[in-house]
Amino acid sequence: MYSSLIDPNLLIAKDSQALLVNGYRKPNLKTSNDPIRRINNTKPTLFIFSAPAPCSPKFFDNDLMGFSKDQLLSQLQELEIDYSKYEHPPVLTVEEQAKYVSSSEGALSKNLFFKDKKHRYYIISAMVDTKVDMKVLSQRLGLGKGGIRMAPEEALAELLQVSLGCVTPFAVVNESARDVSLLLDQKFKNQTRCIFHPLSNNVSISLSTSGLDKFLQSVGRDPVYVDLEANPVVGKDQPPDLAVYVPSNSVVIPELPNNTPSAQASPPKNVSAEKTKPVASPKPSKSPGNVKSVVQNSGLSVFKNPEKFVEEILDKTSELLFSEVKGENVEALAETLRKRLTSEFTHLAVMYKNTAYSEGFYAGTQCQPKRP
Amino acid sequence: MEVDKKEEIASESSEEQVVNPWEVSAKDGGKIDYDKLIDQFGCQRLDESLIDRVERLTSRQPHVFLRRGVFFAHRDFDLVLDAYERGDKFYLYTGRGPSSEALHLGHLIPFMFTKYLQEAFKVPLVIQLTDDEKCMWKNLSVEESQRLARENAKDIIACGFDVTKTFIFSDFDYVGGAFYKNMVKVAKCVTLNKAMGIFGFSGEDHIGKLSFPPVQAVPSFPSSFPHLFPGKDKLRCLIPCAIDQDPYFRMTRDVAPRLGYSKPALIESSFFPALQAKNGKMSASDPNSAIYVTDTAKDIKNKINRYAFSGGQDSIEKHREIGANLEVDIPVKYLSFFLEDDAELEHIKKEYGEGRMLTGEVKKRLTEVLTGMVERHRMARAAVTDEMVDAFMAVRPLPNMFE
Repeated sequence: MYSSLIDPNLLIAKDSQALLVNGYRKPNLKTSNDPIRRINNTKPTLFIFSAPAPCSPKFFDNDLMGFSKDQLLSQLQELEIDYSKYEHPPVLTVEEQAKYVSSSEGALSKNLFFKDKKHRYYIISAMVDTKVDMKVLSQRLGLGKGGIRMAPEEALAELLQVSLGCVTPFAVVNESARDVSLLLDQKFKNQTRCIFHPLSNNVSISLSTSGLDKFLQSVGRDPVYVDLEANPVVGKDQPPDLAVYVPSNSVVIPELPNNTPSAQASPPKNVSAEKTKPVASPKPSKSPGNVKSVVQNSGLSVFKNPEKFVEEILDKTSELLFSEVKGENVEALAETLRKRLTSEFTHLAVMYKNTAYSEGFYAGTQCQPKRP
Repeated sequence: MEVDKKEEIASESSEEQVVNPWEVSAKDGGKIDYDKLIDQFGCQRLDESLIDRVERLTSRQPHVFLRRGVFFAHRDFDLVLDAYERGDKFYLYTGRGPSSEALHLGHLIPFMFTKYLQEAFKVPLVIQLTDDEKCMWKNLSVEESQRLARENAKDIIACGFDVTKTFIFSDFDYVGGAFYKNMVKVAKCVTLNKAMGIFGFSGEDHIGKLSFPPVQAVPSFPSSFPHLFPGKDKLRCLIPCAIDQDPYFRMTRDVAPRLGYSKPALIESSFFPALQAKNGKMSASDPNSAIYVTDTAKDIKNKINRYAFSGGQDSIEKHREIGANLEVDIPVKYLSFFLEDDAELEHIKKEYGEGRMLTGEVKKRLTEVLTGMVERHRMARAAVTDEMVDAFMAVRPLPNMFE
């Protein structure tokens, strides 16, 4: 996404920050597996765009960088939206946040980031004690029983441009999140103020729902409030009530390399210069390579490709798990299962495939020619 | 392609380290200096930018061997990645010299890595079993070397290669036809003097040895496999191997342009240390220097506990005070090869290096990891039938090899 916009000359602009030795800077390999640090690796790329005037204005386009907390807060001020700000050490969970921000300031929110099988994404922002049942939600969206699961870390970075523990309705301000659906808890409307992270997890702000609505409308979003605890019957004559909020576009992550020819022609030394968007470490469970083809050719390749085969098995297992087991830890359990079992299962699937092929091969050698 | 210490060769002065396909030894009984080796051979370091690029292109976490620097050097890997980004695929070529039935973990390393490359990049693979080489160098009978080749093939298959994208061949079976034509073309380009210079041949060596190098060179050229790559003469080749195989491929890269072929690219690994450390690498002749794929859980536990060279201090008090010497500690080294979880490895290194964790704990964790690996391998190996070996070794086309 970025590489086609980088002007190689930009990299040696005199005033740009020193880090462009060998064309880029990357933190030590050792730290790069820490999930938080990896996602924060988006920050060094900001430096490239802080080079002086000779660059095209496009490089300063906020949509490329991801909105920062300060930009968001000044936007709120410009819109004359009243809010209170609380600074605290970075927090990853609601429990931690509650230590620093008391409930007298407003209602804390829990913010969940989901994805469905067709690579569409959803932010669900709810009161802390609202019960969010993923199975019910999935059915109400028209996705069947096990149709949604927690979105992987890299989606957080790529689409919402925030770090772990920082999902927030405000993330939709980013252009990258334009296809992400945002559903807000109806119960927020009964509160004077609600508390969210303003794109950074070392700050919390409290504001009224009308303030939040005003902001959302300013970025072209219609605020959608939903009774998240409702469990309406979904069936032939009762269409899923939330289906209308399913995004019309799916999002492919990570983006496939589609570099311009000039990028390849550059000699090996500059290859490193093209690496502008760090990738948070993909879990082994992500389907390899061309994500688009998973969506289109899934029928055939599930049986040809051991990895896709295993993904299908784990999808069905997760589905069953969600339908049988109650509780909000189910998602985490499902993710753990997926992470730990994918490699083992793939190994088994390859052996199964090899065995089947060999038996067929042998049968072929013994095959009688067709009778004339 | 297997590397063993060559006993007959009078070892060169121990002032210099020696690394060639038949001998590996460090300077003055110390450690192999890999930086010097890279300089001496003229290959390049595999730096982080390349690893990141691999991650980006394959949309998955890079293999643990890349993350930990086990595969640390390359020739033209960046060009292969450039071509891949443009949509030009490549194929993989690796091999084994089947000199013994006993395979240890060090032998599996290039195959584990090659399997990852095959899955990550979705490319086909040819695996050469140099039974002729072992017949000549180890003075085995033709039948015995062929038998060993088939046995080794089973262990290789157990590493998890996909039969629809993999062709395994033994030299005795396959040499001929287009393969032999390429061998002759290569042979014409290398003078006797040059061969003696690269491989250390002398007037006392039999002519079989002299004529072997082209056999290992030509699988780098797609035209050697007309049933696999018809009409794809420009297809690139990537060779994952241990760094001591570099001489063969230096020669190949030298010859390739003269024949109108692309130079094969290489991605090279360091040596897997022996349990008792010392300077060299695991040796198939000393059973306690290595963990074998046929070892039981009990064997593994014993070997690690009794023979793995520890960097811990002599007494617990001293250990808690100073911490372990991670430079020489074998269990930590082995964990850095095989423990997938980066965070856990860092934790162990920190705790052990600062004296809070004891050698026993580290060895216990290592035993767990290795036992898991060996078990998994044994189970897969048991599932490999003779029919499966025949299927992998059949001269057949591989449609969908790039899917």
